[in-house]
Amino acid sequence: MSEYNKMPLLMDLSRKDKFGVSLSDIDVPLSELPESSLLREDIQLPELSQLDVVRYFTNLSQMNYSIDTQFYPLGSCTMKYNPKINDQLASLKGFSNIHPLIEESLVQGSLELMFNLQSYLSNISGMTATSLSTMAGAQGELAGVLMIKAFHEKQSTSSKRNVILIPDSAHGTNPASASMAGFSVKSIPSDQNGNMDIDVLKENANENLAGIMLTLPSTLGLFDNQIVDICNIVHEAGGLVYGDGANMNAWMGQTKLGDLGFDVIHINLHKTFSTPHGGGGPGSGPVCVNDTLLNYLPGPVVQRNSNVYEFVEMPDTIGHLGAFHGNFGVLVRAYCYIRALGKEGIPEVSKNAVMNANYIMNKLKHAYDIGFDNRSICMHEVVFTARKQKQNGVKGLDIAKRLLDYGYHAPTMYFPLIVDEALMVEPTESESKNTLDKFIDAMLQIADECENNSELLHEAPHNTPVQRLDEALAARQPNLKWSTK
Amino acid sequence: MAKQFPYIGNSEIEQEAILEYLGIKSAEDLFVDIPKEYRDSNLSEIPSSISEMQLVEHLTLLSEKNINPNPSKSFIGAGAYHHYIPSTVLSLAQRGEYLTSYTPYQAEVSQGTLQVTYELQSLITELYGMDVANAGMYEGGSSLAEAALMACRVKNIYKVACLSTIAPRYKEVLRSYLAPQSIEIVFMDTNDVDMKKDEYACLIVQYPNFYGSIEDMRALSDTAHKSNSLFVVSADPLAAVMYKAPGDYGADIVVGEGQGLGIPISFGGPYIGLFACKSEYLRQMPGRIVGKTVDKRGDSAFVLTLQTREQHIRRERATSNICTSEALMGLMMTIYVATLGKSGLQQVASSCFHNAHYAAEQISQIDGFELINSQPFFNEFVIACPISPKIINKKLIEVGIIGGLDISDQIDNGILFCFTEIHSKESIDSLVDNLKHVN
Ligand SMILES: Cc1ncc(COP(=O)(O)O)c(C=O)c1O
Repeated sequence: MSEYNKMPLLMDLSRKDKFGVSLSDIDVPLSELPESSLLREDIQLPELSQLDVVRYFTNLSQMNYSIDTQFYPLGSCTMKYNPKINDQLASLKGFSNIHPLIEESLVQGSLELMFNLQSYLSNISGMTATSLSTMAGAQGELAGVLMIKAFHEKQSTSSKRNVILIPDSAHGTNPASASMAGFSVKSIPSDQNGNMDIDVLKENANENLAGIMLTLPSTLGLFDNQIVDICNIVHEAGGLVYGDGANMNAWMGQTKLGDLGFDVIHINLHKTFSTPHGGGGPGSGPVCVNDTLLNYLPGPVVQRNSNVYEFVEMPDTIGHLGAFHGNFGVLVRAYCYIRALGKEGIPEVSKNAVMNANYIMNKLKHAYDIGFDNRSICMHEVVFTARKQKQNGVKGLDIAKRLLDYGYHAPTMYFPLIVDEALMVEPTESESKNTLDKFIDAMLQIADECENNSELLHEAPHNTPVQRLDEALAARQPNLKWSTK
Repeated sequence: MAKQFPYIGNSEIEQEAILEYLGIKSAEDLFVDIPKEYRDSNLSEIPSSISEMQLVEHLTLLSEKNINPNPSKSFIGAGAYHHYIPSTVLSLAQRGEYLTSYTPYQAEVSQGTLQVTYELQSLITELYGMDVANAGMYEGGSSLAEAALMACRVKNIYKVACLSTIAPRYKEVLRSYLAPQSIEIVFMDTNDVDMKKDEYACLIVQYPNFYGSIEDMRALSDTAHKSNSLFVVSADPLAAVMYKAPGDYGADIVVGEGQGLGIPISFGGPYIGLFACKSEYLRQMPGRIVGKTVDKRGDSAFVLTLQTREQHIRRERATSNICTSEALMGLMMTIYVATLGKSGLQQVASSCFHNAHYAAEQISQIDGFELINSQPFFNEFVIACPISPKIINKKLIEVGIIGGLDISDQIDNGILFCFTEIHSKESIDSLVDNLKHVN
């Protein structure tokens, strides 16, 4: 194993005068160069043969866990199977080789795809319209709260509605997005059932309230059954309701957030709609709105006028959040996924995702405590707590790291923040009972090790390319690039 | 038997086994927390499921409704560029181990992604001549907006100066990000930059500017620094292979669009926003950062670091809300640069320069066509045409040529042309010939 750790960097492999691809010669007459004071003297870049490059990136790839190689029960991330055909189709020259600024009449195929995807996502979420331009979940959130802000400002130029309420279980991007939009953030506690504390909500439902950001099901994997009341309370106080759609895999084809009273939601195509995460993006975070916020959508939006598709800007738009039209290549993949499943397949996805999570919860609930254990069912994910194991001096982190030894990716750790030693498991519908059973066995074995061999866990992982890292050193003495010779 | 779906893991038999274990008759019982009257599975807008073969057919037809792309006959740039992408890029970046992994929070099983990101950060700092870079932002526009927000945090001043020569689309993104925080943007002409001391958090400059020209970077940097503002540059990384790096002019924050370095043009995305700065501002940087450290055995390894800047720790006080960004595009850029290497990248930059300058000379010799740029340029320039660019581009399309970007809303009958290594003398001559006959 130890040769892995000595994986050289590109610059270490670099040897003078090598290159990895042959280029065409310049065949125009050469022009005079600008004065040398404007020009660069030298640049330090790697020099490698093509085989050097191929081997380097192939070997490195093998140090990753991925969905293609492992079960990846990473809660809140919906690591489902990413269909291969979708990558192939997104690479069709007629999509991948098209410049974003050529005339709309020449790109009707791309616009038709976007138009249809907008209407599919509006239909699934129960909303009026969708903009596909936002490039990840967090940017969708930002667009959502910016629309809420623009709405209040349009109602009254002296609007004092500057507070966004956010449950304490929320993902960190929610408060970060609200504050980027210039709001002040107020946290709402959860009650003993993992639902929102309605009394605190009521206290804050006043003339300063701009809106609320909710995740449904919550990051505890629980569906807040007071949701309709919550929306009503916020609306009566003059606020709007934002939905973080990261957990849509629990409800697509089962209910619609638009019907429940949400005014705006974002969708993570790189979660629910199977587009690959790529080790941290690209994503795509379309925003869907009801009639209230229709005019505020970020641009551009695709409209159809007597069978011609065109980009339009909504009258009160919050503007563009990127230079072009969003992550089109990701949109193609999500479109393919929806068409392959069709209207029959989509409810089957959420059904199986929820069944699989409940299966794991029930199989493991005697070995590991559940974050909020007075709920007998969960949605698409389950949040365990290692508080029982903590008594043996074993932390959630240790359990997560030990799972790596068994060949599984770790669950999401220490999130949501309100569960002590949280381990959040999301199996997705892609996995079969067969795979879940093996994972459950591993988790039970680890529970056993916690009691009988806790040393093993403190030191875990043992079988991975590298062992636990010195994170403090990384932060104390940042080494963020190679040094050029 | 009910319809089966290949992306769903459980067979019907397995589904029944799970329900039986759970002690329920139907999965319906798992959705009881959803108020009954809101159970709704009407997906009437969505067509029925189709086979993989039908999907291929359908998407192929859709893609054929677009113009048949021929990059060597396309002369439009303006922030998104046609370049040749070597075979290594797609074949390696499509490896499932990269493609289907998550953000590398579990460092022990993510060394592939982490080491690539460290390489990427290194390449960005070298291209831009800067101290540190992050793992990437969404794309060039939002990256610039985040740079402006960062400058405001650093200086605690909520007003920014910006040259009017930056891309109109970047201006729009700046407005969308800055206005909600009541940050004023003052646009200034290049020759008329007027900044009082401590009035602006930064001066924003694009390099080369939207019209292709190289601004007087030395003077602009001095002006910004004299007024105690940061010098923020949105730079084309390929131009910086040939022209001086923004860091050479004392830039404090440098951002840019990485698409031109190995990423398909793909109708505008996914791309990657590059982001670099001086090390003194490191802790104000948005986005993820990978650092080198050691593992328990003392072997060197990589890990996400300085995370206390980020949303999952700092929440509403984070330096940005960004979470998922564009790691795969960063991988593609890293493979691209590694494949071309120093000489290859220099040759591509050189080819862009010479093709563009040859074309500029040829086009400006045609009666009525005038080169507008008076400053040096790299691979884009503006031509004032004798007739409306709309008409010209329409005629070019008839012969299979995609002309430059119509910017007649900014410059009378102006077209912004772009040339890269993908063009040859033959394709440029053919453009020129056709321009001769549009009149
Ligand atoms: C609940 C929740 N909300 C929001 C996000 C942010 O989405 P993204 O990473 O695409 O910006 C995530 C995932 O990272 C999430 O799990």
